[in-house]
Amino acid sequence: MGSRAPATGLGRDLAVVAAIATAILLLPLGTQSGAALHAVILTLLATVLGQGWNILGGFGGQFSFGNALFFGVGAYAAAVLQMRLGINAWIALPLAAAAGAAVGALVGALAFRYGLKGSYFALVTLAFAEVFRILANMLPFTGGGVGLMLPLDTRAAAMQFASRVGYLYLIGAFAVAGFLLHVWLRHSRFGAWLVAIRDNEAAAAALGVDAFRVKLAAIVLCGALTATSGLFYVQYLHYIDPNIAFGPAFSVEALLGPIVGGMGTVFGPLVGAIVLHALSESTRNLVADVPGVSLALYGAVLIVMVRYMPGGIMGLLRRR
Amino acid sequence: MTMLKAAGLSIRFGGVAAVDGVSLAVPEGELCALIGPNGAGKTTLFALLSGFLAPQSGAVEFDGRTVTGMKPHAICALGLARTFQIVQPFAAQSVRENIAVGAHLRLRSRRDALAFADEVARRVGLAGELDKPASALTIAGRKRLELARALATRPKLLLLDEVLAGLNPQEIDAVVPVVRAIRDSGVTVLMIEHVMRAVMSLADRVLVLAGGRLIAEGPPAAIAADPRVVEAYLGQGTAARLARSGGAP
Amino acid sequence: MPDATILAAALVNGATQGAIYALIALGLTLIYGVLHIINFAHGAALMAALYAVLLLFTGLGVDPYVALPIVTAGMFALGYALQRMVIGPASHGRDENILLVTLGVAILLENLALVAFKSDTRTIDTPYAFATVDVGGVLIAVPKLAALGGALAMTAALFWLIERTDLGRAIRAVAKERQGARLCGIDVEHVFALCYGIGLACVGAAACFLLPSYYVNPTVGGGFVLIAFTVVVLGGMGSFVGALVGGFVVGLAESLGGLAGITLGWGENMGQLGIFLVFIAVLLFRPQGLFGARG
Repeated sequence: MGSRAPATGLGRDLAVVAAIATAILLLPLGTQSGAALHAVILTLLATVLGQGWNILGGFGGQFSFGNALFFGVGAYAAAVLQMRLGINAWIALPLAAAAGAAVGALVGALAFRYGLKGSYFALVTLAFAEVFRILANMLPFTGGGVGLMLPLDTRAAAMQFASRVGYLYLIGAFAVAGFLLHVWLRHSRFGAWLVAIRDNEAAAAALGVDAFRVKLAAIVLCGALTATSGLFYVQYLHYIDPNIAFGPAFSVEALLGPIVGGMGTVFGPLVGAIVLHALSESTRNLVADVPGVSLALYGAVLIVMVRYMPGGIMGLLRRR
Repeated sequence: MTMLKAAGLSIRFGGVAAVDGVSLAVPEGELCALIGPNGAGKTTLFALLSGFLAPQSGAVEFDGRTVTGMKPHAICALGLARTFQIVQPFAAQSVRENIAVGAHLRLRSRRDALAFADEVARRVGLAGELDKPASALTIAGRKRLELARALATRPKLLLLDEVLAGLNPQEIDAVVPVVRAIRDSGVTVLMIEHVMRAVMSLADRVLVLAGGRLIAEGPPAAIAADPRVVEAYLGQGTAARLARSGGAP
Repeated sequence: MPDATILAAALVNGATQGAIYALIALGLTLIYGVLHIINFAHGAALMAALYAVLLLFTGLGVDPYVALPIVTAGMFALGYALQRMVIGPASHGRDENILLVTLGVAILLENLALVAFKSDTRTIDTPYAFATVDVGGVLIAVPKLAALGGALAMTAALFWLIERTDLGRAIRAVAKERQGARLCGIDVEHVFALCYGIGLACVGAAACFLLPSYYVNPTVGGGFVLIAFTVVVLGGMGSFVGALVGGFVVGLAESLGGLAGITLGWGENMGQLGIFLVFIAVLLFRPQGLFGARG
């Protein structure tokens, strides 16, 4: 950090984003294998999920343990808007992001207004995810515990695609948007303020930083971006239920990627998602597909990372 | 014109009055020192003036506006910046990035803020350390960084909380002219300081706080001779030091 | 309006459940009070202890109540080793790291259980499972009564340990003034590990009292851990009395809330929902808890 002049750092970051975007665009020329594309799509989904968490947790130092809250809100917003209200998926996209942002604003306004930090903030996000899980089980328009199944309508106009390439480009676009958001954070006043709050909130306040507003904006961005990953999940897999949407699995996946890849870095969420998915793929090949194995591995990875590599993979690269 | 005015400021912690009915006025352009024995309430008074604590009674007026009860960031935006006695760097960030956080208060563009950080670093003597992580600085370097970050917010009034504490005599001699230059550039300064040699050479006026109350104020030489002040410091040998440094600055 | 018998049964149920919550929460609040961390692995530890009770019963025919010393000691050892070898070294002196490591331990334990036991929900079949006693016209299940009594006894034992023994004094010293305790020659890392061990031992005891009238599956801890957090936050982080009272408050709230939910036709979920809403409200408005003095 910092040893480069700001302009060259920005140029380099944008060049990397452009390279990633190009790679995604050209990937179908290299492989048409459904399994390979599926693996890349899930990795990019995890990247977007991790990017959402990284804005608030990596840059802002506010560790959410319940980011499935925003994922689930995006997923349910997408499903409910299309199925109950007949709204087109492309229109549902900004609405789902707005719903995620609104829930983020609600949680943030409450948690940050009352100065919740550290463990308390982690707990309150977890509790909100649980509240939404129970509500999704109870309320009639969410389909209760049975969940919602999005009817098949494989037209691009309905944001559904006959080929995986369409989905690859869709989640690729979300990820690139996430990267650009990260590049902006890395090279903007808002990002500098957010990182200052992470490192020392009192000192930031003494320099005129309105910590409440900056953290609130961060959780709103986190909610909006994470909600788009929920929407993608519904479009791609056509199904959502309360446990998938608001359960711990996506909350864990959201924080694990950036921690493995490098918290508060622009490309950490991508690096982390690639490493984790490669890891769980290889264990699946080694020990067959026993439920629990890959998540158990995630737990072990989390412990090992914090113990031996607190800066993540990007931190390791930077130190050399 | 008065830059800073406090009227009857009081705050109690538990049963103890940490600051007890303090009224003071700092005119624009002045360099004013706040001295007093340990536990006199100096840092608490700073916290009240800068919005980190809300007074239980009394009012603070800054640059003609009542700022009592305002949040620290809002007071800083009006032009009142403070440093911390215990330095609070953003340890993982470079010196340049640290200072830029302050610069961003007035400058939206990242490029402008980083460039201004370089300029401020030159003023406080940190130009050679811009790319170092803040955690790699010496104590003296961190004190300069506190000063630089606060300065980067382009304050009208600077509250300095013991910027010289923990420095050796050479380092003190190097920082004193920096503080004087800040005042000479038109910034009003109120500084808590224990290093009497610096107070004597820098301050236009000295305020003395003891037991949460303002017990004396006046020009440095008069304060050094004031029996009430000597009494407040009694047993700490400060009266003797005051007399010495007053005689041969 | 439900009749008096149903209401009384709900009250008794709530009190028993509350005693179990209190026991789990005591372990959590002890760990918080001394290590200043929230142990996210607490629910997973409960799950592990429940499986230990289950295996001892089905494999060796050990009655859950007889298993109490074995499971409690085993959980203590597990906790001591975890803190000494995993959590402590990984913290690097930062609370955020401990938060993440305990989360990692929770994920690891839960999914190892899933690998080992599949996701089936399992119960044990004791001869006294359906025995009841009549207390003033209200029938109370014997296992529930045992749970209530056992939880209270364990709580008393913990109080005695903390308040009356040298170990307790060392623990309190470390909780209050870490550096000072270190300077006085107290092995702080050892005390941390002891506390974590005692915290998990509470969970082990809770498992023995719980399983005869409950069930176990790999995710059973998740529900309990949030409730235990609620209890601890409600009672004030680090406060034993708070954990005890908080446990009963939450147990009764859940039981009566569930009853109200059914009566009003909202479904049983209302009880759970109520807990989390209380939890969020307490976190926001009174994070020092109802009994805590911490600002």
